[in-house]
Amino acid sequence: MRILIKNGHIIDPSQGIDAIGDILIEDEKIKEINIQSKEQRAKSKKDSPPTHPSPSRGEGKGEGESLLSESRIIDAKGLYVLPGLIDMHVHFREPGFEYKETIKTGTMAAVKGGFTTVCCMPNTYPVNDNASVTEFIIRKAAQEGYCTVLPIGAITKGQKGKELAEIGTMINEGCIAFSDDGHPVMNSLIMRRALEYSKTFDVPVISHCEDLTLSEGGVMNEGLMSVTLGLGGIPPEAEQIMVFRDILLAELTGGRLHIAHVSTEGSVNLIRYAKKRGVNVTAETCPHYFSITEDAVKGFDSNAKVNPPLRTERDIKAIKEGLRDGTIDVIATDHAPHHRDEKLREFDMAPFGISGLETALSLSLRLVEEGILTMNQLVEKMVLSPSRILRLNKGTFKVGANADIAIVDINKEYRVESERFVSKGKNTPFEGWVLKGMCFLTICKGKVYEW
Amino acid sequence: MLTNKDLLGIKELSVEEINLILDTSAGFKDVLGRDIKKVPTLRGKTTVNLFFEPSTRTRTSFELAAKRLSTDVINFSVPTSSVVKGESLIDTALTVQALGADFIIIRHSSSGVPHLLAKKLRVSVINAGDGTNEHPTQALLDAFTIREKKGKIEGLEIAIVGDIAHSRVAKSNIYSLKKLGARLRLIGPPTLIPKEMEVMGIDIFHNMEDGLRDVDVLMMLRIQMERQGKGFFPSTEEYSRNWGLTLERLSLAKDEVIVMHPGPMNRGIEITSEIADGPRSVILEQVTNGLAVRMAVMYLLAGVKR
Repeated sequence: MRILIKNGHIIDPSQGIDAIGDILIEDEKIKEINIQSKEQRAKSKKDSPPTHPSPSRGEGKGEGESLLSESRIIDAKGLYVLPGLIDMHVHFREPGFEYKETIKTGTMAAVKGGFTTVCCMPNTYPVNDNASVTEFIIRKAAQEGYCTVLPIGAITKGQKGKELAEIGTMINEGCIAFSDDGHPVMNSLIMRRALEYSKTFDVPVISHCEDLTLSEGGVMNEGLMSVTLGLGGIPPEAEQIMVFRDILLAELTGGRLHIAHVSTEGSVNLIRYAKKRGVNVTAETCPHYFSITEDAVKGFDSNAKVNPPLRTERDIKAIKEGLRDGTIDVIATDHAPHHRDEKLREFDMAPFGISGLETALSLSLRLVEEGILTMNQLVEKMVLSPSRILRLNKGTFKVGANADIAIVDINKEYRVESERFVSKGKNTPFEGWVLKGMCFLTICKGKVYEW
Repeated sequence: MLTNKDLLGIKELSVEEINLILDTSAGFKDVLGRDIKKVPTLRGKTTVNLFFEPSTRTRTSFELAAKRLSTDVINFSVPTSSVVKGESLIDTALTVQALGADFIIIRHSSSGVPHLLAKKLRVSVINAGDGTNEHPTQALLDAFTIREKKGKIEGLEIAIVGDIAHSRVAKSNIYSLKKLGARLRLIGPPTLIPKEMEVMGIDIFHNMEDGLRDVDVLMMLRIQMERQGKGFFPSTEEYSRNWGLTLERLSLAKDEVIVMHPGPMNRGIEITSEIADGPRSVILEQVTNGLAVRMAVMYLLAGVKR
């Protein structure tokens, strides 16, 4: 059970590696990493590689999947070899809404997108607000999951914002963070208690920042576009009020706050201010918030209906700057799959959400192409920072670490066709886009997935 | 010739298309003045009124327009349909199409529903009001009425008074009157006028007296009772005191001003009876013209090449 990845461009910010080299995997762990200096590279062209597993391929167990029962060599020449991506914000809909997505299909979409670890939000049915649901998700993921699934528990019972859920017990079962997700805790006292109590366990409280009284009736960003389309608007202030409230509560309590899916310029500014003050706060954004604006809603395309809503060019600019200067730590997907019939409804009635796992990497690579992030920084946003925030000890090629690897061809162009998504959620506003850069091969939990 | 099989909104129409509809409407208005008011133009076609929101005048107007053109008309109203059994909008519309409809006249409380149906259906979809988006035939009949009364639209000072934010009638009128070259003002409390309208190059007045000065055309909007208690204004009484149209206020406008209202009116709230029934009012003519305009729209859509 050996794999040798040869001649890839290895990026591992945890060890400061950004060079051509080889990685040897044995028994699902990193066994050896060999970085070639420039001279060595020149030499190795003539010489044979340092290790010699036979170049045979294991027989596939399923489509695009082969068991590591035998040894193989993967030639990664011209490709990037990254630590497997970590998505700290997905919705897998199981238990309860299996018609939208299951842990099986969701993790399949994840590995296709280069992700080897995903954190699923608690808005299932029943809500993941107790240890038995956590245990179910962990067990189901172990049985059927293509990658590692780490559940995020609810902050309050039933996500109702009234009583704290049994946070400690859920951590024992495997929860790694807490969030009431799309039902933000409106009661400031409860949010304060959550930030205080969670300190016991050193886990972050993830906040979907939305003042529900201000966003009521809104289905898109408030502005000329919402007025023109006659759709209810959600002003940026609905997000910013809660970003600021939670920052103040984090400062008051010293608890660990993580702001989910930042969508506005104002939020970026508030988080930058908080970090300068030394508040214990981290933040994420999603590819759609730096790729498209509210213009995508034109023609009433419900695939562009997402919460927080798509904003404006100005916000995109601020979010990119926030990513560049480190105000925003993480790129997550907020992968929110929905059934086709649910999106094919009155715009007001269609659910919020974008199926994001299979386009996230390509869209994020645009930041590298634009010169906003280096490849190293991108890997920090999509691997190292989430690992650090969630205390996962993942996202590294250190010898002995789990072999979670994404091999990426950054030059591969393709057209986004939702029908070819492996996720059940075909809801993407990027349909028909030609994107560059895709995951060529993912190694996770001892299996190799090729696309 | 119109270019699209559907009439979704004024936004989607060119100036030429608007003028074509208005010119064609004049012909149909002549028909309506005849002793026999029916033409065989669209005999054999089927019109379905698909109204998901209560409506008397628009639905009746479309029904009558369709009948004057000799189409068969079916009125589909929500409480008696399978929608109450949970049928989806798309399934309902597909069913109506499968029954052989040529025109679907749709009214719905959600913006964008006609656009969704137009994308999924082969039939001509006519928007009879969607959410707070548009009500294109109302704007067309208003433009027709103004043109008839004033001889032109370009250069006129036109004020729209009331709940602009929630009014699809106001929105469609803004698009059409701007396209036709009128100068527009909006009058009402700041809670009911989106500030973004200013970006569109429209003057906004919060004071009725300031806004009414020297206008040629005054469009009053119905104040919806359900807005009360939602924080848009404290009470209909206070609204009426500040933005209701009285004879005294009307005297600030030009002498030959015309007063319009899409109906149904709240007499004594946004408009007094003296004005509604008085010599400056063209409210009932709007209703008559609505019939001609809707006939023109259906006639022109039937001729669109597929």
